[in-house]
Amino acid sequence: MSPTDSTQHAVVTPEGLQALFEALKRRNYRVIGPILRDGAIIFDDIASVGDLPKGWTDEQDGGHYRLHRRDDGALFGYAVGPHSWKKFLLPATQRLWSAERTEHGVAITPEPRPSERFAFIGVRACDLNAIAIQDRVLIGGAQADLRYQSRRQGAFIVALNCGVAGGTCFCASMHTGPKASGGYDLVLTELVDDGEHRFVVGVGSEGGGTVLAELPHRSAASEEVAAAEAVVAHTLANMGRAMYSDDVHDLLLRNLDHPRWDEVAARCLTCGNCTLVCPTCFCTTVEESSDLDGSRTARSQRWDSCFTMDFSYIHGGSVRATARSRYRQWMTHKLATWWDQFGTTGCVGCGRCITWCPVGIDITEEVAAIRGSEPS
Amino acid sequence: MASAKRKPRLAVWKFASCDGCQLTLLDCEDALVAVADAVEIAYFREATQSEVSGYYDLSLVDGSITTARDAERILDVRKRSRTLATIGACATAGGIQALRNFANVREYAAVVYARPDYIRTLATSTAIAHHVRVDYELRGCPIDKRQLLEVISAFLAGRRPVTPPHSVCIECKRKGNVCVMVAHGTPCLGPVTHTGCYALCPSYDRGCYGCYGPKETPNTPSLSRWFARLGVDNRNLQRVYRTFNANADEFREESERHGA
Repeated sequence: MSPTDSTQHAVVTPEGLQALFEALKRRNYRVIGPILRDGAIIFDDIASVGDLPKGWTDEQDGGHYRLHRRDDGALFGYAVGPHSWKKFLLPATQRLWSAERTEHGVAITPEPRPSERFAFIGVRACDLNAIAIQDRVLIGGAQADLRYQSRRQGAFIVALNCGVAGGTCFCASMHTGPKASGGYDLVLTELVDDGEHRFVVGVGSEGGGTVLAELPHRSAASEEVAAAEAVVAHTLANMGRAMYSDDVHDLLLRNLDHPRWDEVAARCLTCGNCTLVCPTCFCTTVEESSDLDGSRTARSQRWDSCFTMDFSYIHGGSVRATARSRYRQWMTHKLATWWDQFGTTGCVGCGRCITWCPVGIDITEEVAAIRGSEPS
Repeated sequence: MASAKRKPRLAVWKFASCDGCQLTLLDCEDALVAVADAVEIAYFREATQSEVSGYYDLSLVDGSITTARDAERILDVRKRSRTLATIGACATAGGIQALRNFANVREYAAVVYARPDYIRTLATSTAIAHHVRVDYELRGCPIDKRQLLEVISAFLAGRRPVTPPHSVCIECKRKGNVCVMVAHGTPCLGPVTHTGCYALCPSYDRGCYGCYGPKETPNTPSLSRWFARLGVDNRNLQRVYRTFNANADEFREESERHGA
């Protein structure tokens, strides 16, 4: 059935959501969703609906994130936090293989393929797009990342049509949200405004339909489907940021020597935070370890960042030694050369790089500054 | 290598320091046995009574140069060492005692000692690399024992140690920590500080104190401007950079841009 076919929408209550978690656990999924920790909403294991950040929202701006109470009991009344789903699909550190020196030579032991199956709860449209982008990069080419592929193919995705636009959100500008348009098994829209707290549920896969059938639910009334559409429309109209993106590829590539790159370099810390919170940034490095007696070694893969000097180190030195060259590389890759390389945008407008930049550098502001002062 | 005929000779040298970094070697516990199996610990006053003799394959140097005698002694250590690695903030940057570099050391001595005329000391505390060629620097106050074992393991395997010079932030994000500066407004030196501590303080809800000194290409002026927005006054902007790595170039220069 079509996920947008209103006649096929169901309604579940928060108790129905609890039943969903239980149905997923029965299928041996590790259920992951938003929880409150250390003053932010992050992603981790959830046991029940009670673990969700009920009645919380976030205030986001450049280099600024704070939690606040809402005046209702919404379970998903906030925007994205510092974590993205790549934390699970492309873990920060993973061992690839180890080797041992034996009497007969060197014995190499590859790490077994991951067998864990994730169920992600509350995946927003920006992040669905980000997952699709990482799919293209990591398993869509000639050499597939088999570990990513295992985790990805085993995953069950419960998407969420956003009810809140964060202060740094600009998915509308990137044409990636706030309505989920595919890539999920089930999609929720939370209704809290008019009495009964409930979720309008759409089905995006056969597996999603099977799970839904096990939950206490009823068919959605046409007013409820309309209310769900209104939630998305309200979010769309309240984006915290905007960036005209249709011509940004050409705009950036014809302004590689714009003085704005020097200006942003004076603020950029080259700390790498933007790349690590970005849900599409996929760069990793490999590191070797060996023990003291030289009998064992192992190779691990770790998240890397194009903001480090080692990232562009080739014999004799780093290609991108200045902050200017590193920031420009990151931003032009996200918004321009990603198109040339992978045929899509590398930016989904989630706003994480703006919020979690320690000095509040704002990619939308940088684009606007270049657009507004192009040398003639 | 396991197949080497002779075990490499290791020496641990002390200059002006609290000895904490040397003691990190003893703190390796179970791994210390493996270290003792892999190398001959030929000189290490914190652990053995051995005397200086001949040459050493790997010298670990702890402490900074604060006296004329030590300035001479480090030249001899260098001559005796095939590979010389400095360990800790004293050896790599001058340590907390480099605060004397911003003051008059005679005035300090007069306050601290009953007979300051007995004290023979230099006006500055400086890193080992100011005096001799250093093959490798291991940062930290104190150093991290996992990193120390990595340096020794890499030396034995003939490979480059994995002790990256990037920010603490990268380690925080790999661990999934929530940024204390963005989410709590806590000033944190992580964005300009060399990683190596496994993001210890931010993992316990504290800002980074910069124990590992400046990272590669640190942009301290930008971070200071943001600290000022968070309410850090000019006096404290100077102080945050003047701790264990006060004499590291980028921290010293940034501290000199601020003050009372």
